[in-house]
Amino acid sequence: MTKIKDFIGRYQLSHLLILAVILLVVMPLAMDIFRLNLVGKYLTYAFVALGLVLCWGYGGILSLGQGVFFGLGGYCMAMFLKLEASSPEHTAIQSTPGIPDFMDWNQLTALPWFWEPFHSFGFTLLAVVLVPALFAFIIGVAMFKRRVSGVYFAIITQAIAAILTILIIGQQGYTGGVNGITDLRTLNGWDIRTDSAKYILYFINAFLLIGCLIAARYIIKSKLGRLLVAMREREDRVRFSGYDVSSFKIFIYCVAAVFSAIGGAMFTLQVGFMSPSFVGIVPSIEMVIFCAVGGRLSILGAVYGTLLVNWAKTSFSESFPELWLFAMGALFIGVVMAFPNGLAGLYQTYVEPRLQRFRKPAPVASQSQVVSLEAGKTATTTNSADKEYSHAGNQ
Amino acid sequence: MHSKSKPFNGSVRRRFLQNLLAIPAAVMLANASLPAYADSANSTGLAVTDKTVKVGILHSVTGTMAISETGSVQAEKLAIEQINAMGGVLGRKIEFIQEDGASDWPTFAEKSKKLLINDKVAAVFGCWTSASRKAVLPIFEQYNGMLYYPTFYEGLEQSPNVIYTGQEATQQILAGIDWVVKEKGAKSFFLLGSDYIWPRTSNKIARKHIDKLGLKVSGEEYYPLGHTQFNSVINKIKLKKPDVIFASVVGGSNVAFYKQLKAAGIDMTKEKPLVLTISVTEDEILGIGGENIEGAYASMKYFQSLTNDNNKNFVKAFKERWGKDIVIGDVTQAAYLGPWLWKAAVEKAGSFDIDKVRAASPGIELKTAPEGYVRVHENHHLWSKTRIGNAQADGQYKIVYETKDLIEPDPFPAGYK
Repeated sequence: MTKIKDFIGRYQLSHLLILAVILLVVMPLAMDIFRLNLVGKYLTYAFVALGLVLCWGYGGILSLGQGVFFGLGGYCMAMFLKLEASSPEHTAIQSTPGIPDFMDWNQLTALPWFWEPFHSFGFTLLAVVLVPALFAFIIGVAMFKRRVSGVYFAIITQAIAAILTILIIGQQGYTGGVNGITDLRTLNGWDIRTDSAKYILYFINAFLLIGCLIAARYIIKSKLGRLLVAMREREDRVRFSGYDVSSFKIFIYCVAAVFSAIGGAMFTLQVGFMSPSFVGIVPSIEMVIFCAVGGRLSILGAVYGTLLVNWAKTSFSESFPELWLFAMGALFIGVVMAFPNGLAGLYQTYVEPRLQRFRKPAPVASQSQVVSLEAGKTATTTNSADKEYSHAGNQ
Repeated sequence: MHSKSKPFNGSVRRRFLQNLLAIPAAVMLANASLPAYADSANSTGLAVTDKTVKVGILHSVTGTMAISETGSVQAEKLAIEQINAMGGVLGRKIEFIQEDGASDWPTFAEKSKKLLINDKVAAVFGCWTSASRKAVLPIFEQYNGMLYYPTFYEGLEQSPNVIYTGQEATQQILAGIDWVVKEKGAKSFFLLGSDYIWPRTSNKIARKHIDKLGLKVSGEEYYPLGHTQFNSVINKIKLKKPDVIFASVVGGSNVAFYKQLKAAGIDMTKEKPLVLTISVTEDEILGIGGENIEGAYASMKYFQSLTNDNNKNFVKAFKERWGKDIVIGDVTQAAYLGPWLWKAAVEKAGSFDIDKVRAASPGIELKTAPEGYVRVHENHHLWSKTRIGNAQADGQYKIVYETKDLIEPDPFPAGYK
């Protein structure tokens, strides 16, 4: 326990606990299963936003193609579920029973080879993590070893997102095309469409997210986290100090990819299908917006930002089906103009100072504030190096 | 049924958790429970009161599909208003809840869940693309809702929870090809479409039929949705000299395709080659421009220029409600049928219950349909006539042919699967 406290930091731990209570207790109690399932869906995007906090907020690597990894994770899971839903009994009316329905529509008569391993759940779980990680590794090696960075990197990731979308849509016999992979029913015989399954999946999702938050926190707190900030600010200095900058970049990019993929797989499980509309440029940019609204230097802000934007999206569109997009646009403009550091920045400027007035008397609290590097603003930190980096990050 | 027992389980779990954690019930339940009305007209807890019944409208009013789907929304609203003016359904006024699918398939799934679970609507009129229908289908089947789907589509589907008010592919295609072979003496065909399930299946059906007639397919090509460069395929067409270009290009690509066809010197009014499309309604011509597509033929079940009295009244009412410059395409008319077919089924069943409406649906006929007369088949599709229209410079179609009899819907054609 002390060890956990040590790397999360007591002060951060309390924030993490508040989020955990909101996700695990308040939300399930306050909402019916339909709304809770929606929150579960939003939280899967928070995985992507969290990955972006690491690689964009801390590492300075702006990827506009995180949807690629979200999609890869989601598709791996969807392939497994689809195979299970396409048992010969369920697909008896097809010309080739036992293969997914869209393959039959596209005149395929046998399961393609790359679908075969997805009969195994164990393989699928590995693939959900490893396929996107490997893909991110290849992109990372190709880009960072050649010192491609900044705008060029963002453009290339966007192109990759576009290419993958076109590939998926074009190869509809193998991928389900623009329709995606739909009508998923069971996971190892367990019906994922029932209300009880949705509760369980929601909690699994929430625990995974909290796990990823802790992992992200660990990375930020570690030496690696410091190096990332240093690289973001002055890449050359880090390189001249003898560090292999590209390896660190590749690593953090892969971590972000794995987080996104876990989100994608949980998305498929909770929503019941996967389609190329999560892979392309628009969803990828949307995910950057979630991260920006939350505050790109705050891992918890990423979760709150995602929830806020999606909640707004759902409720605006329910109330004003024809005008809601304008309201969303206004929200984004408002956030970027008025609070460039997002929700986390807002919290740190207005809420935290007030809270601290209450905290001052307690000696334990003041001690723990030293470790707060969250959201680019060191509250009362004594570490001047941190201060310099994070303030520069805000400019 | 599903919808009845499951929320109950959920609330038991909730109460259990509340006791366990001894957290005061300072809980804002997202949803006050709807006034459940249990009588024979509504024994499953749908949103039906003595005076009103709630239905859902679920189309894209934002995003790339909005331009196509707006007509359907207008038609459905018009039908609901007309039904209400006549006294409603089983004495209840229809209230609609409109949701936006935002041209995004997962959003369609989310909103259909909301309509069925939260709003407990008695029917949903909506969806346009096959992708959106595929996304909501499992939800309608799981929660036992009823969807009235207006678009002509590829077939290969027959859900107990969907009534398909547009034509399935064989109805639209076979009649069209037969006509062009018989009347125009076509011998060779070039199949061209956007790259997704509907054009591919349509062309599969077309190819099979062309083979059966002993004629030739001289080419088959697909382009991604939104594609705008058709020059290479147009050159190919000029080289192969087919008698007929059989086109199922959709959406914005149409504008580029027909303009480039014209620019390449292919005068469609000369019918060499003849263009036969199954995807361009009056709505699309608005974007393409009548002068760019003049002379092409379209095979579908409805054209605004139909001269029967039903259609005259429909066009007049539609223009009064939505503006005099508006055009009405095939899908818009099919969407208009939805509320009327639902009303007829509810009245025949004497109940809003989904199961009873489903049981009552086959055999329902609509003599007031703008397209003339339709009847619901056991397979939930409509018997309908197919017509061939010749595109005019003013953006309307001149009807040149109409099948003598209603064509039986056959969503699973033997040998085409």
